[in-house]
Amino acid sequence: MQLALFIIFGALAVAGALNLLLQRHPINSALSLVVVMMSLAVLYWSLGAEFLAAAQVIVYSGAIMVLFVFVIMLLNAGEEERTKGSRAAYIVGIPGAAAIFCLLSFVFLSEQKALGVANLGGHLDNGLNNIAEISQVLFTKQLLPFEVTSILILVAILGAVVLARKEEQ
Amino acid sequence: MSHLSPFQTFLLLSIVKVIVVFVITLTAVAYTVLLERKVLGHMQNRWGPSRVGPFGLLQPLADGIKLFLKEDLLPMAAERPLFIIAPIIALTCALVSIAVVPFGAAHHIYANGIGVDMFDISNINIGLLVILGITSIGVYGIALSGWSSNNKFSLLGSLRATSQVISYELALGLSLVGVVLRAQSLSLRTIVDSQSAHGLLSWNFFGGFQFVAFFIYLMAAYAETNRSPFDLPEAESELVAGYHTEYSSMKFAMFFMAEYANMITVSCVATLMFFGGASSPLGHLLPANFGGAILTVIFPVLWFVAKVFAFLLLYIWVRGTLPRFRYDQLMSFGWKFLLPLAMANIIITSLVLALHG
Repeated sequence: MQLALFIIFGALAVAGALNLLLQRHPINSALSLVVVMMSLAVLYWSLGAEFLAAAQVIVYSGAIMVLFVFVIMLLNAGEEERTKGSRAAYIVGIPGAAAIFCLLSFVFLSEQKALGVANLGGHLDNGLNNIAEISQVLFTKQLLPFEVTSILILVAILGAVVLARKEEQ
Repeated sequence: MSHLSPFQTFLLLSIVKVIVVFVITLTAVAYTVLLERKVLGHMQNRWGPSRVGPFGLLQPLADGIKLFLKEDLLPMAAERPLFIIAPIIALTCALVSIAVVPFGAAHHIYANGIGVDMFDISNINIGLLVILGITSIGVYGIALSGWSSNNKFSLLGSLRATSQVISYELALGLSLVGVVLRAQSLSLRTIVDSQSAHGLLSWNFFGGFQFVAFFIYLMAAYAETNRSPFDLPEAESELVAGYHTEYSSMKFAMFFMAEYANMITVSCVATLMFFGGASSPLGHLLPANFGGAILTVIFPVLWFVAKVFAFLLLYIWVRGTLPRFRYDQLMSFGWKFLLPLAMANIIITSLVLALHG
């Protein structure tokens, strides 16, 4: 069951990502990205990380991508024009990407033992559920990074407010 | 049925449940429309639909036939694939979220060694998040319909709808946190169970002191479903019909059904979160086996339906009473009033729980 889900939604995620690059209209690209996000959410779910899956759908597909689509709609962006692109990218692009892919998979496969097996669902030691487990980790071991991240986001919000505010005459 | 494996039994029973719930929901959607027309009519001193069938009860059927037979117009300048897919997204998202709603007491039937809950399509341990997630996807239907119509009224309507839904989603999500803190779970079944100890007194609205959260939820939910007094996306006096101006026939009907299905979902969630779901308000005043085995199973469903019906009536009552908000009022109400209030509610609820529990 998990394998079937992985194959279907992994393929869907890859297809969505390719479609994102190939589409010429920005709104179609944005919608392909939504498909990628949703397939990733299903993959998280099949790995036992249901909270992460729900957060992925609510935050990425439901809020961030809606804003993307909103901005594209508001600006009424037209179809992009195809350019020739740089010659260097044409020549190096595909071999370079393949080389990086091979290198990364080699490292991951050879260091499999040292890296350990990912357990996105969290080790359910005390019979807690997924969300309780995540919040335990967030508020004990990862408290400093968690708080620093929230301050970082707060600073970003303040910056956006400063930029958006009209100058008073 | 004995030659089926447990998995096949599970699949078969689940499909039966899905079909039954689907048919009931669609019928409820059709009759909510009729209810609204009737009640609004009586509020405005007229009869409402009264010609088709006794008391106009067959009106939804006639409306359905009419919409099926109408010509399906496709504007020339529309973006075809998105124009067609938008109502499908809207209706699908509106109907799917009913799948995690438990609409009766937990009652398992056993067959081939597998127990299936009769009054709940799927009991997921993050049911609440699933509903919020599906609701947040539903906005694509509205956003894309307005953009792909290539019509300025539609675009304005969908821009209003999108910004409104994003803004009020925050207040909506935060208003439910207090309830989640009390129940210590995101599973809708557990949340309902946590309110069923002493009838009315243990409901989150009364015993849980979550009435502030309930009013935040109610207002945010009205904005989320684009209903009066927050129906700016389809304000007929300014935007013709808003995002579905260019739609006709069944595509229009899908938007219409999505709106009413969303109303039903929102009422279900309000019932589950604040009013004890399928639990009886009388608590232990009635004996546990009141009325025999069959009635004990049916009574919770009746309570649930009655509560949802009350919320639907409230929706209609509000629509018949309140004038529409202005756009800037809508935004400042959401961001400057509801959101801080929801946060204050979370802080106070968690403080009380920490000091008492």
